[in-house]
This record gives sequence, C-alpha cells and structure tokens, in this order.
Amino acid sequence: MAPFAIAVGWILNGSMPIKRKMSAKKAARITRSAKIAGNGAGNGHSSSSRPLLTLEVSPSISPRNKIAIPQFHGPVPPGFLHPGSAISVSHFTLEDVGRILAEASELEAMPAARRALRYTKRRVALLFYESSTRTRTSFELAAKSLGADTALVSALSSSIEKGESLKDTGITLRSLGAECIILRHPNSGAPYLLARSTGLPILNAGDGSHEHPSQALLDLRTILAHLPPSARTAGKRNHSIGDRALQGVTVTIVGDILHSRVARSNALLLPRLGARVIFCGPEVLLPECAAAIGPGVEIERDFERALKQSNVVMMLRIQKERLAGLEIDLEDYIEQYQLHMQRLAAHAPAAIVLHPGPVIRGLEITGEIADGPNSVVAEQVYHGSIIRMALLARALDAHPKRNEQSSKNR
Amino acid sequence: MTTILIQGGHLVDPSTGMDERRDLYLRDGRVAALELPGKLNALAKKEKTTIVNATGMVVAPGLVDIHVHLREPGQAYKETIASGTHAAAAGGFTSVCAMPNTSPVNDSPEITRWMQAADRKAVARVFPIAAATLGSRGEAVADCKSLQAAGAVAVSDDGKPILEGSIMLEALVQAGRVGLPVIQHAEDTRVTQGASMNAGALAFRLGLRGMSVDAESGIVERDIELLSRLRKSDPASRAHLHVAHLSTAKALEAVRRAKRSGLHVTCEVAPHHFALTQAAIGDYNTDAKMNPPLRNEEDRAALIGGIMDGTVDAIATDHAPHALHEKEQEFERAPNGIIGLETALGLSLLVLHRQHRMPLTRVLALLSSQPAQLLHLKHRGSLAVGSFADVVLFRPNDDWPFHACESKSKSRNTPFDGWKLPGRIQMTICEGRIVHDARFSAK
Repeated sequence: MAPFAIAVGWILNGSMPIKRKMSAKKAARITRSAKIAGNGAGNGHSSSSRPLLTLEVSPSISPRNKIAIPQFHGPVPPGFLHPGSAISVSHFTLEDVGRILAEASELEAMPAARRALRYTKRRVALLFYESSTRTRTSFELAAKSLGADTALVSALSSSIEKGESLKDTGITLRSLGAECIILRHPNSGAPYLLARSTGLPILNAGDGSHEHPSQALLDLRTILAHLPPSARTAGKRNHSIGDRALQGVTVTIVGDILHSRVARSNALLLPRLGARVIFCGPEVLLPECAAAIGPGVEIERDFERALKQSNVVMMLRIQKERLAGLEIDLEDYIEQYQLHMQRLAAHAPAAIVLHPGPVIRGLEITGEIADGPNSVVAEQVYHGSIIRMALLARALDAHPKRNEQSSKNR
Repeated sequence: MTTILIQGGHLVDPSTGMDERRDLYLRDGRVAALELPGKLNALAKKEKTTIVNATGMVVAPGLVDIHVHLREPGQAYKETIASGTHAAAAGGFTSVCAMPNTSPVNDSPEITRWMQAADRKAVARVFPIAAATLGSRGEAVADCKSLQAAGAVAVSDDGKPILEGSIMLEALVQAGRVGLPVIQHAEDTRVTQGASMNAGALAFRLGLRGMSVDAESGIVERDIELLSRLRKSDPASRAHLHVAHLSTAKALEAVRRAKRSGLHVTCEVAPHHFALTQAAIGDYNTDAKMNPPLRNEEDRAALIGGIMDGTVDAIATDHAPHALHEKEQEFERAPNGIIGLETALGLSLLVLHRQHRMPLTRVLALLSSQPAQLLHLKHRGSLAVGSFADVVLFRPNDDWPFHACESKSKSRNTPFDGWKLPGRIQMTICEGRIVHDARFSAK
C-alpha cells in the first residue's frame, strides 16, 4: 500500500512522471483525482493519503469517458441551472427559440445514418414518475436517432417505489453516466430540484401543472408549418425568429387550463412571437387570474365567440387525475365546450385543431374532429420528435460556464 | 447567587415607558435596581458583581415568543428543547411558548411537565402550550385545568384548526374558565387540501394549488362569532381567542372589528409575513413554503398597517425547524415552516423601525411586554424592579449578515440566509444567567 500512497503524493507535487513508477492502469485510476482534489490538497506535503477518496477512472482509457465524466461531483452551487436545461419556456430568449427551430430543421434534413453519429454513445436518462406514451417514446426515439444510449427509469419499477428521493435518484443517474435527464413528474417545479441536485441539463417532459416546454415548441413548429409560405421565415438558417412571427394568429386553448402545463407553456411562449392567446373554459377549470400569466393572454368563456376569432384551436383533456375535489358536470361541459363538426364548420372552418394528447374521443373532441381535415394531431407528434432531437442536441452541446458557477457560490 | 451590573447602556423598557440611559442591577435572577449611570458602582464593588459594559447598546427586556415549535418530544432530529432555546437565546428571546404538535401531541400534564424539566437543558424559559383537544383531533376538549396546573399557558391545536364550531365553542368555554387563551390556527382545511402556497395568479403560473384568503378569514370570522355568542350568553366569561400567525388583510380586518366591539380577541403576526411576499418562492424555494403561506403585497402592507395601528398584539416567529432532507423535496411534498428565532428582532427592526419608522420602544413592546401580557407570563417582558432578570443587549445600528449555517438551531430552513439585518445581539440574560454572549459565541 505504501508505494501507492507515495505515488499519489508525487502526482500532486507534479514532480514525478507517473508512468515510470507504476503501471499505466494504476496511473489511469488516479490522474483524474489529482485534478479534482488539486485545490484542496494542492501542496502535497501532508496529503499523501487524502486523495485516495476521490480516485476515478482516467479519461485516457477510452475516448468516450472524456464526455461521460459528470460535470459535478459534489453539491451544485446554489441557484445553478445548466444552460442546456429546458425547464420553462420563460428561460428561452427569442434567439434560443430560433436556434432550437433551426437545429430542428437541420436534424430533420439530415440523413438518419449521419444523425446517428452525432451523439454516439452519449448517455441520456429518461426519468418518468408519471405515465406517458407520446412524450416518453418521442424523447426516447429522438435520443436514439442521435445515436445516444437511453435508460428509462419509471417510478413503479425502480427504487423510487422503495422511497428513494428525487435528489438521490438524480445523483444515481448522474453517477451512472447520464449527461442529461429527461424528467416527467407529477409535482410542479420538480425539474428545478433535480437540476439543483445534479447540475445536469434537465429537459422538462411535463411537471405537474407547471410547464411542458417541448410541447409548446412542437406546437409552435406545427403552427409555423401551417402559416402561408410568405409568412414563414422562422427557423431558417439565420436562427432568427422575430416577435412578429405569429402576427395575426389567434390561438384558442380550450378546456382544463387550470391543470394544464401545455396551456401554460404555450401561453408563455406564443404571445412573445406576436400571437394572441385566448383561454376558454368554465370557471372551475379556468380561474380569472389565469389571464395574468402574461401579456397577450385573455379569457373568453363563450367557446363559439372564441372560435370565431381563432386560426388555431388547441383542445385539452380534462385531467381527472388532478381534479381532487373539483366537481364538473361532464354533460354540461360537453354541451358548452366540446369541439364537434358543426361548431367548427360554423365558426372556424379554416382553423387547425391541435391536441397535446391523449385524446378522449367523445369528450373534449368528437372522433370526426380527431380524424377530420382540420386536425393536425398526428403532425404534432411528428414535430415532437424533431423538436426533441433539437432540445437533446442543445442539452448535450451546452457547457456550463465555470466562472458563472463560482461567482454564485458563496 | 450571582449579581450582574449592566453599565452604560440605553435602557428601553416598553412595560414602564423607560427610554433613557440607566444602569441595571440583577440579583438572584431578578431585576434588583435600575439607576442613573454610575449610581450602582459602589454597590457593585461591594458585592463583587460581574460588570457588563453596555456602552452603545440598547438594554431591553428579554424577548418573548409565543409561537415556537421545539419538536420535542418525538422529533429531535429537527430540533430539541436545548437546541431550540439556544437559538432563542441567540435571537434575544428568553421566554418561548412551545406548540403542542409534537409526537406524541402534548395533550397531557405529564408531557407539559416533561417539557419544562431541567433535564431538557433549556437555556430560555419554556412555556408549553397544550393541545386544545385530545390528540389535536378536534373531537374532545382537553382538561384545561390540569394542563394549566402543569404549566400550560394556553391551549391550541396549532398546525390544525379546530373546525367543528361546537368543539371550538366548548374549548373557549373550558379554557376561559381557567383563564387560558385558545390559540387558533385559522385555516379551513376543507378547502385547502393539497394547497402549498397563496391562491392567485402566481399559484396559477407555478401550477400549484393555492390557499385562499377566505380559508383563513372564514375561520377567524366564525371564531369571533362564537366568542360574541358566548359573551352574550355569559357576560362574565373570561374566554379569550388568540389568532395565530395572521396573514391576510381580510382576517386582520375581522380582528380589528371584533376588538372595536369589545371582544377579547388578540392576534399575532410572524416576521416572514411582514418581511416577504409570495414572490420569495421564486423557482420553488421550499424555504419560502410555510402555513399560512406568504401572501401578496397588499396583504403584507395591511399587516404592517395592523402592526402600526395596534390591531396586532404581538410578533411571534412560528419557528418551525425541519431537517435538510425534508426541505430538499418537491415543493408540494416539502413540509411547511421556517426557523425564525434568530432573525425576528433583525427583521422587525429592519421593516418596522427602519422602513416604517416605528419607534424602537413599540417594536420591542410587540416582541416582549405585549406577548408576555397576552399569555399572562408574570414578571416577563419587563425590566421593572422585581421582574425576572431577562435581558437582551443589542446594537440597534450595527448591521450584521445572518448566515443559516451559523444558526444555533438544528435546522437550516430559512429564506433569510445572507440577509443583512440591523440589531446585532450582544448578550442575552435569562433569569440572571448569561445564556448568549456574542463575544464567546462560536461559529
């Protein structure tokens, strides 16, 4: 044991070439640690045994490891948020949005074989505390099509069931080499906790009733694709998307706004691009204070009056799992807020109909609408996979600014 | 026993109206004399007294907090009576009233006595508040008489409201009979299920369930109605309703009206409710999660108004320690509450004295004489000769940074970490014992 400990001391001193004194394998195990432990035990005089605690695999073993070394080993500085994160659309500048859309288009155009080389063997974890079909599969396939390895952890088949906290689950995934975590969680704000616990880029795949940023971006891409070609400038190579990109577009979001993270993310994003957003629904699912979420958002309780003004109608599912005590007369709801052919034909025949899914046919929309010519639900899903590739690329490319961290660390 | 002479300080005692330079002489745990500077020097020399130089300091009655959670028995990982009272001493408090939501609930004379036993190693005087109903289940009123005999100074089901009107009325009657106040945590829990912040636009934006203002004011109004009915049927009743941690303009208005009509209703406000608004939640900061929740600016302004005009009787911290791992959870899952003993004086001086120009003596009254009077803590919150030698010495204009990591509490859950607060506390003396001394206080 003794020569080993001495060797560590040498490395810290920086005075002894490693290879001469020990096998390459041994050296590999400790070179990383010297760097990490450097500030604490840098002088090397009395610390010959301390760095043993932080021994790690050297990046020289395989090129992959250069990437897989977690960016943080200990506590994350307070207030730190990885710049590759997508937790709330309010964090995006218009430039970010433009860049994401441009990246999406670029990836869309790329041959699949080339795309698969882009992030080969990078590690992405999907952490799902809530059930999901679209979002989960979409993120998973997006990651795979970029060549990344994915690991799915869902609440019911993991140690979460045994009571492991979100923080510990996140740290475990980070230690397993995850470079980015995609999180779906029933509690609003959970992605912030995961971001603060791991320091990794977190992609919010829906948190409680808070936000669903990738959904808002895919909705945006869907809407942009349906604008007349003359108006379509967004997401081109120059990365720019202006605050007039959706000028003249009125988007009505209908139904269970209170519990909808999709409604929030869209209402926070679309008006910044010039759209008007109308929230529509009964008081119990749409409190008056909802309009205060941001500029460009208003409330219209009369569905037909809202429809008349709309180019885009976004129908939402009633989230029975989150109602908890609220009472809704479904028959009455259907009567007032269901989108059916007559209603659409009478008031907004040219509007496109969006739905984030899952669709409950016969409740918020009829089967005819879902399968009809106005529905772009299937397109949304397609745009979802493209947008999620772009978000993953952004997350895996971004680097936290070191100086920014230290300035926040008291 | 020992004697202490506090020399050269500016003595502010709201209970007597004293606001002048005086030397204070403490003997055998009581205030023995207060005289013009220098007059007690000869006596001090004769009695070989410990001399404390208080030049440049305010000398005030030890502070009294009528709403703390010391977590013992049962949750010593959050706080113990020893650690909690150390935090109290560091914050200038010499008397703390401990809420009964311990494990088990303090609804018996045995637990009430246990909490006051010398073995708990308290450094500030602990006055237990016992449960108003057995197990705080809101079903059967506890035996107020035996609880009082064991040392309880009030009854409350804090953390839970007494929802059932008939039980609340019964509690007011029974407690009133022995002169104990009933402290109500006013929250209509039937409409606050799953709520973790103030209702309104911000709660909507954050996707969190909100507690409405009416959930608080509704219970306050109901309780006032009960008290008023009781007064009509029994004019001699000594029933006293005290509203804990009042947080809304609407409930404050109800208390103001009740006071005007002569009912025995009092209320307290916590420093975080007049120092912060719900904006402090930011990105789901669980250290800004408490119950009642932080409200909006209008409510905060109304509370300050209520403090200024005398509607509010006391400032109480609702000191609620929680372990780090409990607060490091999803916002909706994290427990409510923050620690508050070490920041109460500083926040009160900052917001009330400095920002709203409230005279120092009135700020101190809200933190000492008034709460002591409210719960009938005899000879507390006063420096009149014969009172307990409970004293706090602080420098009102010395701003200091509060660091949570230096707290004497076992827990660190505070939104005020790093805040610069006025009024650095130099020394706290409880019943003639120096229990906190900034010069020797280790980090």
